[in-house]
Amino acid sequence: MAKVRVRFTFASELIQEPIIWSLGREFELVTNIRRANVEEDQGWVVLELEGAQDEVDRGISWVTSKGVRVDPVPGDVIEG
Amino acid sequence: MPYTTALRCKECSRESELLPVNVCDFCFGPLEVQYDYDAIARVMSRESIKNGPPSMWRYAELLPADPENRVDINAGLTPLIKADRLGKALGLNELYLKNDCVNPTYSFKDRVVSVAATAARDFGFDTLACASTGNLAGSVAAHAARAGIRCYVFIPADLELGKVVGAAIYGPTLVAVNGSYDDVNRLCSEIADRYGWAFVNINVRPYYSEGSKTLGYEAAEQLGWRAPDHAIVPAASGSMFTKIWKGLNELHDIGIISKPNTKMHIAQAEGSSPIVSAYDAGIKDIRPVRPDTVAKSLAIGNPADGYYALKVIEDSEGTGHAVNDEEIVDSMKLLAQTEGIFAETAGGVTIGVLRKLAAKGLIGKDEVTVAYITGNGLKTQEAVQDVAQTVNINASLRDFEDAIKAEDA
Repeated sequence: MAKVRVRFTFASELIQEPIIWSLGREFELVTNIRRANVEEDQGWVVLELEGAQDEVDRGISWVTSKGVRVDPVPGDVIEG
Repeated sequence: MPYTTALRCKECSRESELLPVNVCDFCFGPLEVQYDYDAIARVMSRESIKNGPPSMWRYAELLPADPENRVDINAGLTPLIKADRLGKALGLNELYLKNDCVNPTYSFKDRVVSVAATAARDFGFDTLACASTGNLAGSVAAHAARAGIRCYVFIPADLELGKVVGAAIYGPTLVAVNGSYDDVNRLCSEIADRYGWAFVNINVRPYYSEGSKTLGYEAAEQLGWRAPDHAIVPAASGSMFTKIWKGLNELHDIGIISKPNTKMHIAQAEGSSPIVSAYDAGIKDIRPVRPDTVAKSLAIGNPADGYYALKVIEDSEGTGHAVNDEEIVDSMKLLAQTEGIFAETAGGVTIGVLRKLAAKGLIGKDEVTVAYITGNGLKTQEAVQDVAQTVNINASLRDFEDAIKAEDA
């Protein structure tokens, strides 16, 4: 089992979609939200995904395909 | 670590044990090292600092790693240069350049990595790792070599190998990862979670980032124990910017300098300026971007410390500005041709923003200003290749004299 901490960033047109609910329904994943914020034109959620590694990878690919930006919780880790 | 007390979450303020972790277990917020400043104030003085080693480790009490155990390639205590010629060009009488080009691996990264490598040794790690496209890779590999421990450097597979020769020479294992920048980012984060390695800017980040405070301490010491009126700092993640401010305030907290009234100005490249964009929009929420800039060492689209950098701008009454590629290159040339410092593109960002601040009258002509030059120009020569213009002659004195007459005309 893998646990991955990620930050989802939603553009305004996606904010009303139940993407995290769908993620838990469509994939064998436990979603555990720790922090979130919604502004006029953007929202973000910091959460943990728990499941088999393949399922985590498939789930993240699906979320990305919906137009959500997925980042590691610590931000970009590749530095110049 | 005699003066460190805990890790504290910058979001929920919960304290936790000093361990190699970078996010709060509770809310996943970033962690920051806490110190016993009363105890530090009892042992640290201008005199004790002056008598310390001629490196960043002269401020060891304010660093989160055991100085007796330090992995030290002599980072820090770099020159603070009074920049009279550049100052004259910009109408500034009290301009100083903090020249971190001259660190052992030619960038400020040696400061943060020296602390991270020492903390890694304190925690008993046998492997030092990072994901990098340049400066960080070189510094991590050099410190691992010095410490005699294993080193893994992760790079995007499409990165030109020439970019990492400065790291490869120290003998790390270079792992070239296929996939997009985002894929490499996520993989490294997952590897850091899974393997018992010290990833300098992931699980050891709370310790690593503290090394940048020494850029604040040194500037204050070199100015004769005072904080500057203005600091211009290039930003990628925003960490160094926040830590210079923290460093200046710590010196005040332990009674070494007066309260800093430094206006902190953040400098970004237009093609990668999520912090400045948020500042311009008057918001605190960073909108991640896809970087596209000549300043590769600043190309971070989702900055870990962006929010905190915006707070520092607000607290210090500073500003944020971005410059485009042309301004960056032009400023690199101006710096080299007025002060004899060949900075990498990030230095061009700093000087480009300094020029904007001066032109807008945001810096008084007699205000003490420190501009941070954080990496060496030999690393980004491709950005300024057009300067290599020659005067071509045959091997005759007459040809030469004709040519210089034409040049002088």
